[in-house]
Amino acid sequence: MGSKSLHSERNHHSKRNLWSGVLFGIGLAAFIDETIFHQLLRWHHFYDQSTTDIGLISDGLFHAFSWFATIGGLFLFADLKRRNGLSLKRWWGGVLLGAGSFQLYDGIIQHKLMRLHQIRYVENVIPYDLVWNISAVLMIAAGLLLLKRTSKKGAPSHA
Amino acid sequence: MHEQHANGGGLLFDVILSFPFLVAILLYIGAGIVSNRSRHLQKWPVWRYVLWFIGVLCAGIAVIGPLADQARIDFRAHMMGHLLLGMLAPLLLVLAAPMTLLLRTLPVSAAKKISSLLRSSYVRVISHPITASILNIGGLWVLYTTDLYHMMHDNLWIHILVHLHVFLAGYLFTMAMIYIDPVAHRYSYLYRAIVFIFALAGHGILSKYLYASPPEGVSQSQAEAGSMLMYYGGDAIDAILIFILCWQWYKATQPNKRLAASP
Repeated sequence: MGSKSLHSERNHHSKRNLWSGVLFGIGLAAFIDETIFHQLLRWHHFYDQSTTDIGLISDGLFHAFSWFATIGGLFLFADLKRRNGLSLKRWWGGVLLGAGSFQLYDGIIQHKLMRLHQIRYVENVIPYDLVWNISAVLMIAAGLLLLKRTSKKGAPSHA
Repeated sequence: MHEQHANGGGLLFDVILSFPFLVAILLYIGAGIVSNRSRHLQKWPVWRYVLWFIGVLCAGIAVIGPLADQARIDFRAHMMGHLLLGMLAPLLLVLAAPMTLLLRTLPVSAAKKISSLLRSSYVRVISHPITASILNIGGLWVLYTTDLYHMMHDNLWIHILVHLHVFLAGYLFTMAMIYIDPVAHRYSYLYRAIVFIFALAGHGILSKYLYASPPEGVSQSQAEAGSMLMYYGGDAIDAILIFILCWQWYKATQPNKRLAASP
């Protein structure tokens, strides 16, 4: 019974590491988007006339969710730490997966389909789009790789 | 009347208007002093007085004096006032736990009446997270997307009612999200978090919507500055709310928590 509860606890922590990372990753990507691309570089526009209604709603929901996720993800991180359940590698895997997924959604669905705003208002935006989305895919790939590695190690084969 | 209305109503009007704010501060201090006399109660903490005072001040600044006067003609000042009245003041006042103070000040029989009032179905319905969110964010949608914004500037009573609503709905929303005072029916952290995200989204969407389609008569430059202030100012204050909600959640899920550890 002891080893069984240990097993489920480890499983629980492994899931939590993933979710804490994913939530914080989504929040981090959104935060960087807001501070660097909106505020500092001023490439992104607050509002673009071509924005669709659904784009506005999607942006609002994602913005609210990511704002909450940034803070909530960090509290989950603190929770794992106080339970001695933190696996930093797995957490980072989650962060990369979350940040990459958000960036890919932002780059393809929100920028292109919903025409929320463009990355930069220049004649040829394609190179920007390519760098944006490829880096998103790379982050997702790196995140998944880390998660795969840590799920094997985290599995209690000898428990 | 029109002359007075244009500059906010004049000095006499401001003095009358500041009366309820002064009363709120004095009553709070009085309740603190009276309840401190009771031997079995701990001293009411100083920081709660400070929060209450600053909270009342924020609400006061929004409706009396130069910012309030400017708000009648300037959308940016109007937004600043709303951030203070509908978000920051409610947050600070909720954190000052006025209901807890009231209940410990009143004699037991009166306190029991108040707490049964708090458990009434009316209070239960309006302080439900979803109802409170709709009253708060929905009220803002009505204000800015209908003629109400205009009517408010022409009619003093509508002006007062709208501001009262903005404040009360903001207070209701804050107290429905973070439980500081006693609450009749507690909703789970996850439930409140999800409702909060939708409310915050409703606020953000309205801000961006106003950027492009402000109320009639608001110039484009004022609309842009005002809506960005609403968006980012709202984010900043909501970040504090999210932090407190998550902090309470974190404390409640403490491993091996002693039963009497937290309220």
